[in-house]
Amino acid sequence: MVDVPYDATADIPLAEVGEVELYHPRSWWTRYVFSQDAKVIAIQYSLTASAIGLVALVLSWLMRLQLGFPGTFSFIDANQYLQFITMHGMIMVIYLLTALFLGGFGNYLIPLMVGARDMVFPYVNMLSYWVYLLAVLVLASTFFVPGGPTGAGWTLYPPQAILSGTPGQDWGIILMLSSLILFIIGFTMGGLNYVVTVLQARTRGMTLMRLPLTVWGIFTATVMALLAFPALFVASVMMLFDRLLGTSFFMPSLVEMGQQMKYGGGSPILFQHLFWFFGHPEVYIVALPAFGIISDLISVHARKNIFGYRMMVWAIVAIGALSFVVWAHHMYVSGMHPYFGFFFATTTLIIAIPTAIKVYNWVLTLWRGDIHLTVPMLFALAFIITFVNGGLTGLFLGNVVVDVPLSDTMFVVAHFHMVMGIAPIMAVFGGIYHWYPKVTGRMLNEALGRFHFWVSFLGAYAVFFPMHYLGLLGMPRRYHDIGETAFVPASAHDLNAFMSVAALIVGFAQLVFLFNLIWSLFKGKEAGGNPWGAASLEWQTPQTPPGHGNWGKELPLVYRWAYDYSVPGAIRDFVPQNEPPAGSLAQGAQP
Amino acid sequence: MSVIILFMAGIAAIAGWWLSQQRLAAKPWLEEGVIADWREESPSSLAPAKIGLGVFLAVVGSLFALFISAYSMRMSMVDWRALPVPKLLWFNTGVLVTSSIALQWAHVAARRNDMDGVIVGLCAGGASAVTFLVGQLLAWQQLSVAGYFVASNPANSFFYLITAMHGLHLMGGLVALGRTTAKAWRGADMTRMRLSVELCAIYWHFLLLVWLVLLGLLTGWTDDFVDICRQLLT
Repeated sequence: MVDVPYDATADIPLAEVGEVELYHPRSWWTRYVFSQDAKVIAIQYSLTASAIGLVALVLSWLMRLQLGFPGTFSFIDANQYLQFITMHGMIMVIYLLTALFLGGFGNYLIPLMVGARDMVFPYVNMLSYWVYLLAVLVLASTFFVPGGPTGAGWTLYPPQAILSGTPGQDWGIILMLSSLILFIIGFTMGGLNYVVTVLQARTRGMTLMRLPLTVWGIFTATVMALLAFPALFVASVMMLFDRLLGTSFFMPSLVEMGQQMKYGGGSPILFQHLFWFFGHPEVYIVALPAFGIISDLISVHARKNIFGYRMMVWAIVAIGALSFVVWAHHMYVSGMHPYFGFFFATTTLIIAIPTAIKVYNWVLTLWRGDIHLTVPMLFALAFIITFVNGGLTGLFLGNVVVDVPLSDTMFVVAHFHMVMGIAPIMAVFGGIYHWYPKVTGRMLNEALGRFHFWVSFLGAYAVFFPMHYLGLLGMPRRYHDIGETAFVPASAHDLNAFMSVAALIVGFAQLVFLFNLIWSLFKGKEAGGNPWGAASLEWQTPQTPPGHGNWGKELPLVYRWAYDYSVPGAIRDFVPQNEPPAGSLAQGAQP
Repeated sequence: MSVIILFMAGIAAIAGWWLSQQRLAAKPWLEEGVIADWREESPSSLAPAKIGLGVFLAVVGSLFALFISAYSMRMSMVDWRALPVPKLLWFNTGVLVTSSIALQWAHVAARRNDMDGVIVGLCAGGASAVTFLVGQLLAWQQLSVAGYFVASNPANSFFYLITAMHGLHLMGGLVALGRTTAKAWRGADMTRMRLSVELCAIYWHFLLLVWLVLLGLLTGWTDDFVDICRQLLT
């Protein structure tokens, strides 16, 4: 090893945090409900996100029932179908994935992984969760208001989003926009915490280049989200003005039912620009934390250091920066100038470079590793395959000439479900199986986990892989009932029915997972502090689950990066980040 | 969207400069032992709250940059009729400048351990900020009396929307200012006061800057400025 100027034997000032600085709960309410402890907030975030995610899962069942067996289910009419689509998309992208990755994984892992006692602004952190919960409740309330939730599609494009032909025009759209505004306010509070905690609360020795990639992913995604969500905020506020005050930010002159409407001169394209200025970074806001989590899972479960750590960090930062200059590739069919299309196609394809670097590095990490096919590892491998699959169809859709005929077909639906539906969810599951022992002190049941993995993974492919072919046939998306058309053969309907059955089965596998989560909480195998033999800091806490303040009296000192696995000459096949170098006389040097 | 792209380029430049100081070319797999990092090397370490405020200002900045982007895109449509800017806005601008100066005064007083000066500065700053908000409401009233309603033209809509957004941010600031003033009143520890007062002052200066940019936009001065820049370039 290269000599780095340090003196491990010299007196290193103890990184101690005075007891007064840490907030202490005084009652049951402040300990478990209005808690300012990031770990409790993380669990609150995760449970809320999962609960609303289950609603979105049921909505997808209903949609699949209609698509697979059109005309059979009389209780799903065209309006409801549109409402299901809208709510499913919005919930999954924003209220489930964003909240779960940043609010759930971020809150739990950032303080533990950087060696902090808590987030830097615990009170704001608590507030963030409660505002998020309010946003979720406002969103859920739209199911019960007159007219039901909005059916404008998750992109909420004006003018149709606020015209009377669209379901949910009375209350649905107003509450949806309000809920988004609340979500963004709540997220900003949480996001400030994540960023400043990573910047300021790292323990001694934890340089940026020693952070686990999970932290890098969540950190970069948070910075992106903080800068991108204002675009959705602006778009939502302006659309609320159009809907409530009759302004014409987005609304052009329209004749409705033979009547000239009061709107005039507005630009629906302006909304699309604002929406996608948020919407494209959003893809990477859910992808980057997934990238980070997968990197850590692969390294731990293949007992090998991550290949090309520096490149991985640079790629995360590059993806984060590039994702702000590609938004208009969602608008190729909006009639934009061909040169713009050329520009955005180019930037889109450039993003493939850092992304491909990451994929190669994962594969090279696996290369000649000691691969343990644990449940987290299975999910990590599934992530790589799914992400590559979705990424390749992304190259198709990133090119203007290919995108134009495929636009608004099932091909697009298949693409984005692969790349930002299935892939991030695989990372979420992998992460839960990996960190559940730290959160609860017990292992999840292995057999149930394998069942859950294989049904989810194969089932998801059974749903979304054939969908590409439907898209190539020209099967349009967002249609309640395709009816009799010349270009859709009868076999396509059989395929649709098959996909619907697969979707139902995948959904039921998630119930097995839920059962596993609850059952293992009480009956799972005792995990101990570090069941996977992982090197990163969150596995080195004195207690499992980590107590209030995470660490004992002293904060851990970090001597190395988070990926020292199978080091030649070391006694164990991993060296924890806080273990002093061999031969040093510092306290606790025994391996 | 050019305004927000420029803004993001600025943020990217700051982030890039900061990252370039972070030894991103380090080879962590070769380095063992406790490495001192920038937080220990730099003599004056920043308080977390100050960094938090900085990040928040970037978020608010991007919010207003997006409003300005939308404004400039919507402005180029044919139905745009610029509205006369009420004279009152100039008075309000003066009041907001006063408010900023008062908070700067409080900040300086806090550094000199002059608690009375702090309280005077904070109260003067708060009072003038409230005056500014009342003045903005009066400007709205003048406009609507003159027949410029929120929905009658996009220029009007943007005027109400943007001033309302700026006002809301100022009201949020007033909450923080109120808490700081209450702390000063109760005679809090000066070292802790110093940070709170400084944060308030920074936020106020930022909102003043935003207001000046918005004023330039709403009065149409920015157009002339952009035209001049364009002429210089061509």
